[in-house]
Amino acid sequence: MSGSAAIDVEKLVREFRKGPRAVDGIDLSVSPGEIYGFLGPNGAGKSTTVLMLTTLLPPTSGRATVGGYDIVRQGAQVRATIGAALQEAALDAMLTGREHLLLQATLQGLPSTKRRQRAGALLERVGLTEAADRRVGGYSGGMKRRLDLALALVHSPRILFLDEPTTGLDPQSRSALWEEVARLARDEGMTVFLTTQYLEEADALADRIGIIDHGRIVAEGTPPQLKAEIGSPSVEVTPTDPELGDRLAELLSGFGEMRRNGRGSVTVQLPGGEAELAEIVRILDRAEVRVQTLQLHQPSLDDVFLAKTGRKLEGSGDSPIVEAPEGRGRRRRRRGG
Amino acid sequence: MAVETAIDLPRAGHPSRSAGLVEQTLAVGRRSVVRVFRQRALMIFPMIFPLILFAINGSALSPATRIPGFPTDNYRDFLLAMPFIQGAMFVSITAGVDLARDIESGFLNRLAMTPLRGEAMLLGQLGGALLLGAVQAIVYLLVGVATGVSFASGVGGAVVLLVLSIVISFAFASLGGLLALRFGTGEAVQGIFPLLFVTLFLSSSSLPRNLIKATWFRDIATYNPVSYLIEALRSLVITGWDVQALALGFGFASLLLVISLGLSQSAMRSRLART
Repeated sequence: MSGSAAIDVEKLVREFRKGPRAVDGIDLSVSPGEIYGFLGPNGAGKSTTVLMLTTLLPPTSGRATVGGYDIVRQGAQVRATIGAALQEAALDAMLTGREHLLLQATLQGLPSTKRRQRAGALLERVGLTEAADRRVGGYSGGMKRRLDLALALVHSPRILFLDEPTTGLDPQSRSALWEEVARLARDEGMTVFLTTQYLEEADALADRIGIIDHGRIVAEGTPPQLKAEIGSPSVEVTPTDPELGDRLAELLSGFGEMRRNGRGSVTVQLPGGEAELAEIVRILDRAEVRVQTLQLHQPSLDDVFLAKTGRKLEGSGDSPIVEAPEGRGRRRRRRGG
Repeated sequence: MAVETAIDLPRAGHPSRSAGLVEQTLAVGRRSVVRVFRQRALMIFPMIFPLILFAINGSALSPATRIPGFPTDNYRDFLLAMPFIQGAMFVSITAGVDLARDIESGFLNRLAMTPLRGEAMLLGQLGGALLLGAVQAIVYLLVGVATGVSFASGVGGAVVLLVLSIVISFAFASLGGLLALRFGTGEAVQGIFPLLFVTLFLSSSSLPRNLIKATWFRDIATYNPVSYLIEALRSLVITGWDVQALALGFGFASLLLVISLGLSQSAMRSRLART
């Protein structure tokens, strides 16, 4: 536990009646100004954790502080410190974007003279100035998410919780949201706790990532650290004739840990790095095994997830190519890339 | 000043203070009113339905005035109280479904993340329904006067009738809010609506209690508080200033309001469950 952490969680547990332990004793610490990616499949416990940290759900046991305040005993102070955009953009279809912001500004206690100014500034920041006086019922998914983010920022919180903020968004909207989140952390020093089921989102945005599965954190570190844990790249070889799978496996068994993928395809780790690729090609050539595809995979968060949980992240293949925000991650990424 | 944190975190420094109960209630209430008035179908059809019944029953059941002991020669005088109660019951559904939708969509959680007080949240949420009840009452009153209903209690009685009908609407809206908070879905609130209407039909809505022949019906109507709400409204039209009827009407309406609001407040606390 760190006394200066923006978010500090110790052995946090949440049990539901007649249900499983949704969060099963997690520990984590997020530094001020850090973007922490909380990665996991549906039902892993991400949203339950966010609900507890935002004081909307009392924990069964354990303790956590947010902004230095205890989430159970100092709920009001925690709420004043944080902004949150929860899983569904909870908006009123009958109100306009500006009306939402004015309501939020009033309830957050902004002086009446500042409310319109703040609403206007936030609408401009999230690119909704033109749509500001239209009812939210006519907004696209991306516009709703951007308004949701603006609402979370009305009272200039120090810590921002974003629960799957880009789920269901098109690549352009996703990219715009990433850009804004990265800017908040970079320019305003805001601490961001971001849950996601998209590997490339965590990879592109997060300074550190915690992988949660069945309510437990199974891995934590920076994206490079996590990938380094997996270590070497791997190569996936698919023969033209699926019958040759056994022969292929026999030929490649000497290189490293191997996995059969079906249709004769074999994936093998390359502890010696990419340089071993040439040797593999030579061996296959000598053995006259004709190959349909041969793909080199650098270690990815997908591999990390697979290694830590024993399975691939549900729907992780659904993510489109998205531009990574400036200053964080790589310039252009594909999921798990 | 910006909110202090227990640790040293970067701050943008937007000044904030805690909004007062009245300011919070008005803010949430404004949103509730805007919602209601932007859904014209929600406003107009529940308002028209009681008027249709008023027109049909006022015409078809008018021979009832020939029953010995019937308190008036004009059946519309007798019937006018009905639209007020029916309208109030529709208001309960509007209020309940609106609140349930906020629970289902997570909007209530959004409000819960602010320093909003539970009382302000509840009263504000009911604000739109309250205004709807007031508008309905004025419309029913004007329609009544336009169709020949005269007030034995005069203009003052018409004002008291409006006040009582607004209290009744607020009480029923609170009941709708309670159902929403307890069940959390609009479907559940709508599912209970027919039961409310049963209480209306098992009351003295169609005949004075002393003229109801079936003993079982008369007994149910006597124990049914809705009878006293109707009879209080009706007394202002037919009788004049009937203190007992008004006391019972205001008494039962206030009782329903206090109980529904109290239970709603408790349910709101459970529903929010913020630490």
